[in-house]
Amino acid sequence: MGVALSLGFIGIFFLWPVLKVIGLGFFGEFGGLNIESAIEILQRPRTLRALSQTLAQAGVASIVAAVIGIPLAFLLYRFRFPGRDLFRSLVIVPFVMPTVVVGTAFNSLLSESGWLGSLGMAGSFPAVVAALVFFNISVVVRTVGASWEQLDTTQEEAAASLGAGRIRVFATITLPRLFPAIASSFAIVFLFCATSFGLVMTLGGPAITTIETEIYFMTVQLLDLQAASVLSVLQFAVVLLALGLSAWLRRRTGGVAVALASRTMRLKLKNWPLVLLGIAVLTALALPLANLVQRSFTGVEGFTLQYYRNLFDSGQQLSVDAAGALWNSLQAATLASAIALSIGIISALTLNRLATRHRFASATLDTIMMLPLGISTVTVGLGFLLALNTPPFDLRSSAILVPIAQSLIALPLVLRVLLPVLNRINPRLRQAASSMGAAPWQVVRDVDLRMSIKPIAAGFGFAFAASLGEFGAAVFLARADRPTLPVVIYRLLGRPGAENYETALAASVLLAVMTIAVIMLAERASKGVSGVF
Amino acid sequence: MQHAALRVPQEIITIRKGAFDMNTQSRGSKPTANIQTLFALTSLAALGLSACSAATDSDEVTLQLFTHDSFAAFLLEDAPELLEEFTTQTGTEVRVLVAEDDTSLANQLVLTKNSPIADVVFGIDTNTAGRVTGQDVLVAHRPEALGTAEETFLLPSGEGAELLTPISHGDVSLNIDTEWFASSGVAEPETLADLLKEEYRGLAVVTNPTTSTPGLAFLFATIAEFGEQGWQQYWRDFLGNDQKIAAGWTEAYYTDFTRAGGDRPIVLSYASSPAFDAETASLNQTAYRQVEYAGIIKGTRYEDEARALIDFLFSAEFQSAIHAYYVFPVNSAATVPEEWQERVSIPDNPLSLAPSLIEQNRQEWLLEWAEIAGGH
Repeated sequence: MGVALSLGFIGIFFLWPVLKVIGLGFFGEFGGLNIESAIEILQRPRTLRALSQTLAQAGVASIVAAVIGIPLAFLLYRFRFPGRDLFRSLVIVPFVMPTVVVGTAFNSLLSESGWLGSLGMAGSFPAVVAALVFFNISVVVRTVGASWEQLDTTQEEAAASLGAGRIRVFATITLPRLFPAIASSFAIVFLFCATSFGLVMTLGGPAITTIETEIYFMTVQLLDLQAASVLSVLQFAVVLLALGLSAWLRRRTGGVAVALASRTMRLKLKNWPLVLLGIAVLTALALPLANLVQRSFTGVEGFTLQYYRNLFDSGQQLSVDAAGALWNSLQAATLASAIALSIGIISALTLNRLATRHRFASATLDTIMMLPLGISTVTVGLGFLLALNTPPFDLRSSAILVPIAQSLIALPLVLRVLLPVLNRINPRLRQAASSMGAAPWQVVRDVDLRMSIKPIAAGFGFAFAASLGEFGAAVFLARADRPTLPVVIYRLLGRPGAENYETALAASVLLAVMTIAVIMLAERASKGVSGVF
Repeated sequence: MQHAALRVPQEIITIRKGAFDMNTQSRGSKPTANIQTLFALTSLAALGLSACSAATDSDEVTLQLFTHDSFAAFLLEDAPELLEEFTTQTGTEVRVLVAEDDTSLANQLVLTKNSPIADVVFGIDTNTAGRVTGQDVLVAHRPEALGTAEETFLLPSGEGAELLTPISHGDVSLNIDTEWFASSGVAEPETLADLLKEEYRGLAVVTNPTTSTPGLAFLFATIAEFGEQGWQQYWRDFLGNDQKIAAGWTEAYYTDFTRAGGDRPIVLSYASSPAFDAETASLNQTAYRQVEYAGIIKGTRYEDEARALIDFLFSAEFQSAIHAYYVFPVNSAATVPEEWQERVSIPDNPLSLAPSLIEQNRQEWLLEWAEIAGGH
């Protein structure tokens, strides 16, 4: 039943729409594509450039994100220090910021007169990679951290007492057990980077094109659905390559069953390399953000709250209904993360149970659930428009489409946080529970869910953050006008006039603060529960 | 929620409450509570789904108006009283559906022609009309109030003149930071050709026509000015003179433009932009005319109401408020506020291209442009 539900959701809201778009390029009124013309499109210099740019950009950015993110996960999830929880939620802020805000922040840093202007990075490959790492580092930190937090440390302690050095302990005991989480986060970051649109456009300049920007160009500007469909197939290939690689890496390290006794350490002086890294990353994350916060409080005559007043006081010169937009955002994000979390939990349990007996089926289902991360929102949005047009699924203009589109992106995040932990629960615990008479649902409740409450909370926070941001706001969605906060930010940034820009920054700060609050709340709540163990 | 169109389905409110309960309950209580809440949430979400798709029929007519984001923001946030007035006059409610921008709007209209998504469309413009008018997606209409004074704004006959009603016009043009030019002693530029001169090297920022609506208009402006054979060389020289291409209007106006603390005192914007910043001016010799149109979507069940809405959009009453949407009225009986007339002048001889010419060549031009810009 779990399989049916997971596949049903992904099938109706993802596979069917996307296949319909691809089909449209080959058959139907706009199509008429044959193999020769498909090959011709694939062989165009434009296509080849886009493909190599996509692979290079996503490959480099996800490696850099892993190299910085893994030690940061260690620092944030294995140590205790004042301000740790705040730091943890701060890392995720870039993830929810509207790309246009982050893009302009980076641009002002890198432009000729900016703080980092002397590096001459504006409009270059390193600028794009740096921004992608900035955006996605939280994926590595949170995915790996959630896993690390739950690692039983007795093995490490045993090895250390037998005389193994710290590096050896890490390489031979800790790392292999973290590998599934590392491989997972690598895949997610790769897919996010491969499909990034706004950042590449803002920072890359017209010379940099990826498969994603090419799909946008062909679909939206040229309405060339044949080329769009061929490019979508190409994108599918890249996604499958990344997911296949990640699954292969995960499988190389068998799930060693470990109990969930985690112990955090106090941060000591000898951990200075970690502390230095923490400070460096924090600074790098905070620099563009601090710039935004400062500007949102600075008026012509120094400190001002005017821009925040613009957001909430309808008597002000700018007519922005930020309170309404905030409300819409919260509703959509709550709904989206509820959908993602419930289907995510069911899918994770299903995948976990399937893995022991039907390995291939489990791997296939897993891959299908991950696909939405790597497929262009242009394609998905176009698919919604073309496929969801007959009752009971005529949802093209329904307010529900935005949360559904967002939950498609949030679902894989939930899954990747939850599954490594479920897979590490010793199966004997479940057997023991069954043999003592627990029904299957009681096993799920008392073993699986109880032991994974922390990752569930982490997954919720992640899903919420992803939904609060602009993910899934596809170009082809004809949405009923209930503007969310990111939409209000775009609107403010899209018109001339005094205070528009600063008010948009104030709205972005509001978005960031709300994200931090929700994530801290979710973690606090899970701590109350998991304290039992 | 001040607008009827923004009414919140009851189910969604319930779900929101449930979700907050989840956070408070989970503190210290058994985790099962969360799981049960979750399952409840899923079923509620499903309920919400069916409720949303079922709630279309009722006694009074609700017209669906399909438009792009910037016009939706004007209609619902800047001037909500206008649609309310229409509802008072006619008893017809209007629900606004939104597409990302003008190009997506035109695309969606064409792609949904077999199962229309709305009754009326606003926001088809000079650049996208060619994509729509040949596709049999619109019903002919002409407001009685449209007379000879407004006929210059109609599309060419046979290319949609009878299908689309002109509502507003605006001009994309280069803007300059007048303060910068005054203090630097450099003479203000006037024409597109000026940007190739050494004294303006590295001073201008325009936007990418493959991602930005004004950017596309600017490309068309250079084609209108230098001809189908000459624009390519203009762009090579333009980029050779270190002029910059930003991704979109926001990036250009709010980061690169000197008024926002950037490095470039010439920016691509609109002829109406100086109304909002007195230290800027529009170079009207570089202006490219964009007219925006409204039309009735074929297949509507409410043709009479749709006609009434278009007549309302064309009325002098509606058009006298339309400057708040940064454009000028088409209706000659409409007025523009005085402070606008002081700061903004409507370009006398704006550049323009025929919609059919645009639609025939758009692909080739854009690909050619991308090669020139990408190779640079």
